[in-house]
Amino acid sequence: MRSLRANRLSLRPVPRFLSTASPASSIPKTAALSSVLIANRGEIAIRINRTAERMGIKATTVYTDVDANSWHASSGFQSLGLGPANGYLDGEKIIALAKKHGIQALHPGYGFLSENYKFAERCEEEGIVFVGPPATAMADMGNKARSKEIMNAANVPCVPGYHGSEQGEEQLLAYAKEITFPVLLKSVRGGGGKGMRIVMKEDEFMTQLKSARAEAKASFGEGGEVMLVEKYIVRPRHVEVQVFADKYGNTVALGERDCSVQRRHQKVLEESPAPDLDEATRQDLWDKARKAAEAVGYVGAGTVEFILDKDSGKFYFMEMNTRLQVEHPVTEMVTGLDLVEWQFRIAAGEKLPLTQAEVEEQMNQRGAAIEARIYAENPEKGFMPDSGKLIHAVLLDSAKADEDIRLDWGFGSGSVVSEAYDGMIAKLIVRGDNRETAIAKLATALRAFEIVGLSTNVEFLKRLCASDAFIAGDVETGFIDKWREELFKPRHINNEVFAQAALGVLSNQLQTIGSSPHGQSLGFGNTNSTSERKLAFKVLDGYSEKEGEVVEAFVSQTGHNLYNVTISRKGEEPELFSNVISEPTIEGAVTKLQSRFPGERIHSTVVPQENGTETKLAIFQHGVKTDLALLPPSWYEKALGLKEVTASVAAPMPCKILKNEVEEGQVVKKGAPLVVIESMKMETVIRSPQDGVIKKLAHKEGDICKAGTILVLFEEEPSKEESS
Amino acid sequence: MSLSRPSRQALRLSRQLQLRPSISSTRTCSTPSSSSSPASRLARRSAATLTPPHQAGAISRLPTNVDPSSPEFKDNEAQMADITARLQSLTKTIQQGGSQKARDKHIARNKMLPRDRVAALIDPGTTFLELSPMAGYELYPEAEVPAGGIITGVGVVEGVTCVIVANDSTVKGGTYYPITVKKHLRAQAVAQENKLPCIYLVDSGGANLPHQADVFPDQNHFGRIFYNQARMSSQGIPQIAVVMGPCTAGGAYVPAMSDESIIVQEQGHIFLAGPPLVKAATGEVVSHEDLGGGKMHSSVSGVTDYLAVDDAHAITLARRSIANLNWPKQAAATIPPAETFAEPLYDPNELLGIATTNLRKPMPVREIIARIVDGSEFAEFKRDFGTTLVTGFASIYGQKVGIVANDGILFASSSVKGAHFIELCAQRGIPLVFLQNISGFMVGSASERDGIAKHGAKLVTAVACADVPKFTVVVGGSYGAGNYGMCGRAYSPRFLWMWPNARVGVMGGEQLAAVMETVGKSVDPELKDRIERESEATYSSARLWDDGIIPPQHTRHYLGLGLRAAMGGRNEVKAGDTKFGVFRM
Repeated sequence: MRSLRANRLSLRPVPRFLSTASPASSIPKTAALSSVLIANRGEIAIRINRTAERMGIKATTVYTDVDANSWHASSGFQSLGLGPANGYLDGEKIIALAKKHGIQALHPGYGFLSENYKFAERCEEEGIVFVGPPATAMADMGNKARSKEIMNAANVPCVPGYHGSEQGEEQLLAYAKEITFPVLLKSVRGGGGKGMRIVMKEDEFMTQLKSARAEAKASFGEGGEVMLVEKYIVRPRHVEVQVFADKYGNTVALGERDCSVQRRHQKVLEESPAPDLDEATRQDLWDKARKAAEAVGYVGAGTVEFILDKDSGKFYFMEMNTRLQVEHPVTEMVTGLDLVEWQFRIAAGEKLPLTQAEVEEQMNQRGAAIEARIYAENPEKGFMPDSGKLIHAVLLDSAKADEDIRLDWGFGSGSVVSEAYDGMIAKLIVRGDNRETAIAKLATALRAFEIVGLSTNVEFLKRLCASDAFIAGDVETGFIDKWREELFKPRHINNEVFAQAALGVLSNQLQTIGSSPHGQSLGFGNTNSTSERKLAFKVLDGYSEKEGEVVEAFVSQTGHNLYNVTISRKGEEPELFSNVISEPTIEGAVTKLQSRFPGERIHSTVVPQENGTETKLAIFQHGVKTDLALLPPSWYEKALGLKEVTASVAAPMPCKILKNEVEEGQVVKKGAPLVVIESMKMETVIRSPQDGVIKKLAHKEGDICKAGTILVLFEEEPSKEESS
Repeated sequence: MSLSRPSRQALRLSRQLQLRPSISSTRTCSTPSSSSSPASRLARRSAATLTPPHQAGAISRLPTNVDPSSPEFKDNEAQMADITARLQSLTKTIQQGGSQKARDKHIARNKMLPRDRVAALIDPGTTFLELSPMAGYELYPEAEVPAGGIITGVGVVEGVTCVIVANDSTVKGGTYYPITVKKHLRAQAVAQENKLPCIYLVDSGGANLPHQADVFPDQNHFGRIFYNQARMSSQGIPQIAVVMGPCTAGGAYVPAMSDESIIVQEQGHIFLAGPPLVKAATGEVVSHEDLGGGKMHSSVSGVTDYLAVDDAHAITLARRSIANLNWPKQAAATIPPAETFAEPLYDPNELLGIATTNLRKPMPVREIIARIVDGSEFAEFKRDFGTTLVTGFASIYGQKVGIVANDGILFASSSVKGAHFIELCAQRGIPLVFLQNISGFMVGSASERDGIAKHGAKLVTAVACADVPKFTVVVGGSYGAGNYGMCGRAYSPRFLWMWPNARVGVMGGEQLAAVMETVGKSVDPELKDRIERESEATYSSARLWDDGIIPPQHTRHYLGLGLRAAMGGRNEVKAGDTKFGVFRM
């Protein structure tokens, strides 16, 4: 035994420094980075650390008080505290920490300080290598007007428009004709859609202009009538190109990504290559993107965003993101590269590892990739953000085993998704030999993804993957709105789901495990006379055709793992499943069930969520999640003194009060805005659920509230008081 | 001695150079040989054969000769199917409780039916061991009293094995018929003997007045319930009462004498006399709720400790009370059952073709044992002596038991063998299981001269005195003194169950008629039939001579549950605790 081990030791690949050595010997020798501070959180911090570790770079992560228990704070060679929640934006503190600990470089990730050129400058001043573009390039691209000038000069097309002072009606029409219809008319003072008109055809231009000017003047006063004319793109697509540049003037385009499927102006699905795009346009896009990067003397990883007109096939420069993007793994999947590694190497002064031709050669081998962003939100309730604790978050082993499925996440079972930060929980990226395979695999991976504890868009993503329009590649930024009906189509919940829910709850309580004289029917007569138990569920699922439906399940045990289950729904004959063999695997509160129904074997995961006096259940079955509430026993309300606070509006999630839209004593109609709140960096308007009179506004602007906090109290109706 | 020799030889072998004489002695023991090389000598030597447990177990594994396709088996099966079907439908009717009208009324009052109460009380995944569901069957000409108007049994609550007593107020308002009293007392006896906590789900109108003479005054009548409660409490047996209905007069003592009591508001009432009687006695006009309602008793009188809003709430409170009993799973002095064990090798359903309704035919008792015990392994004791009584050790759900089973008439030899075996079990703290199928002790001059009376007496003494839990299953006949020697009801087995084909009587109807004729009495032509009827299992079970008629194929479950009740919790079953009386030699 001992001699064997000695043998193995001697066979081990030696020196570690070899493993991080660059494959190409032509690259100029530079001082490789030895340490880096990752000034970010969540999945991206973990992801950057992974590459750093692989390259032998000592990575330091940082965390705020809110994030002290988060995953990313446990990754890296060391992890340093930043204090309050806004710590990731505290550049000076981060620089001070880096200097104190003698850290050579700083990787900003995305968001936070990543596009703050002043911070990049400060890093340079302090002698810290900023893993990103030069501050000048960031400054140029950060300024919209300046970037357009530079792009126009470099022959990169921008959205055509007239922003000048010639305001005569005929003159404006001439510009409009030059731009080509349809065009957008917009007041220079414009906002909120006021004084804005879409003009589809030339003959309606004059009337629309007059009407726009009148409205703008009324809304914005004198000067409101000054109009600008821009090309109106009816069906826009969001296509972006990943570029990389080194300090020696080389630039490569690592393919494009289509990020058209969006909600609330945030990307949901990103894919590469972009569907339904001819090769010439693709090459042109890459070419223009490289030109754009070269025009600003770009170094490092950047993304050039274009708006692509689906009708004309033309594309226009929008802006350049001077950082690593959230969706960079899509490019990594289709190129087989590690972009963070490239960032480190370029920051260390190396040349680009591959030429454009080499990159394209690699991309030809690797098919298509797609990324789904998993957000803590409620798509079926207007994508309202959610936050809270992840009770159960797993990607099933079946999906993990596939090297073409990648899950980048910063949260897992037990993590808390704080309302202080963005609500993205994870990114699921898959690769396939072609787009259809990639989408099918994404759907498969999503079905294997189980998240319980807060609302997520996973079910919505599954529906996106199943949408014919999406599979056909018919994407545009208005995709979700356009196909809303199909995407939110209500579904029927099968009786088996309720049966499994009931069996899951029951199995978790069984006292006797294994063989024992207990758990079998005994004696003559009805086997269920002293073993039948009822469970009542309320459907909470937003996609259900009958949200709020109450379903009863009657379960009686007739042997070890053997049950009779009857499901009773209003307006339907009760359905009896007899002799269901149900084998539970219990992991804490989570019950996995393998059940043999008459004619079908069903595998489900049942996850209870216990919160205060409520019990909710999530059931994963046939790759679909169903949310149910386990109805409390008859005595609950009376015995616990629970009373629903009537005539009030509660905060739907932890939030900050931005604005109270009403006053005490005010009469409001149903649907009137009451309070504007902010959570997860999103504004939400709380509307009145009823006609009534405001009795009390419980919080003033700026207050921080927990979920369930009463925000507005209504006067109780006198008729109600009389009756009670 | 012979077994240990080879190993001794091996020891010597290592020293053979120095110990030449011993080699020669080895040679004399082994087969003659011409070769003298050490290798060939090794090959010829004898050695202990390693016998793995599975091979060793072969001596205990019972074989089977049951042929399910034989006409005899099929005949038995068909007849058993008849009585089984009858019992099945009878029990189903009984399980419904009172009349449809009474049940509807009960549910309309937002009350749970008694069996649902029991289901809610016990732990999911556990089985309620119901006692005597046939109690009161065809007992009172004027009324049907399903299950005797009270549901009793052993159930597991929060992991604690408890006795549950639940009144069924859909049956004559839950009033106590004589059989109700008997069943209640029997449940208390089960609790007392097996040291099981007791839960009373009270919903009863008190004594059944027309039957008051058979309910109220005697030793084992209504008053005994409270006597038992007090005595049980003094023995450390916890009792919890849940008042879910009226609890009048004497009944008021059930919650008042319990350790903890729970009452359902606006539903449970406790008073020594109800409003009508109060008005008659003192002229005071008072409502039920004010006189003895839950709110009053929980906040003013202190008769109850917890106020529940409904049945389900009350049951949840009761479960919590049980969880707080601090009750052990197993007493330190009692050897716990094995954690792993095998199911019987043969299908227990075959018992339905082995059991016979014709009790004149012998029943192969080892075939029955093989379908009850773990792995069908039976370490038979004195197999070839006194062969009409089969004795031996086995396990049921991992619990070691001694089995005493009839395989014919009891002779003197079988009786002393039985007494010997029972002594062994008592000495070792092993519970006893009796499988009764006995027509009696052998009669006749030879037998009497052989001293059958004194030998039978030894068996009876041993059975009566053995201080280990005893269980009796009547699988066939239970006649005459055989009933005594095989631990009949009078010998206080912890539980006594009957198979549907079983019969109990002083002798068979035919024999009884013959005896009557011989002694010169004129025989009522109805007598034989009446005796036959009175011997039936349903007749016995209706009168609580047993704890229930059980499906033969469930025998193992019943015994398993009974053993858990008798051996777990605070029960201390110690070796050698028994003090036997005089055995006449």
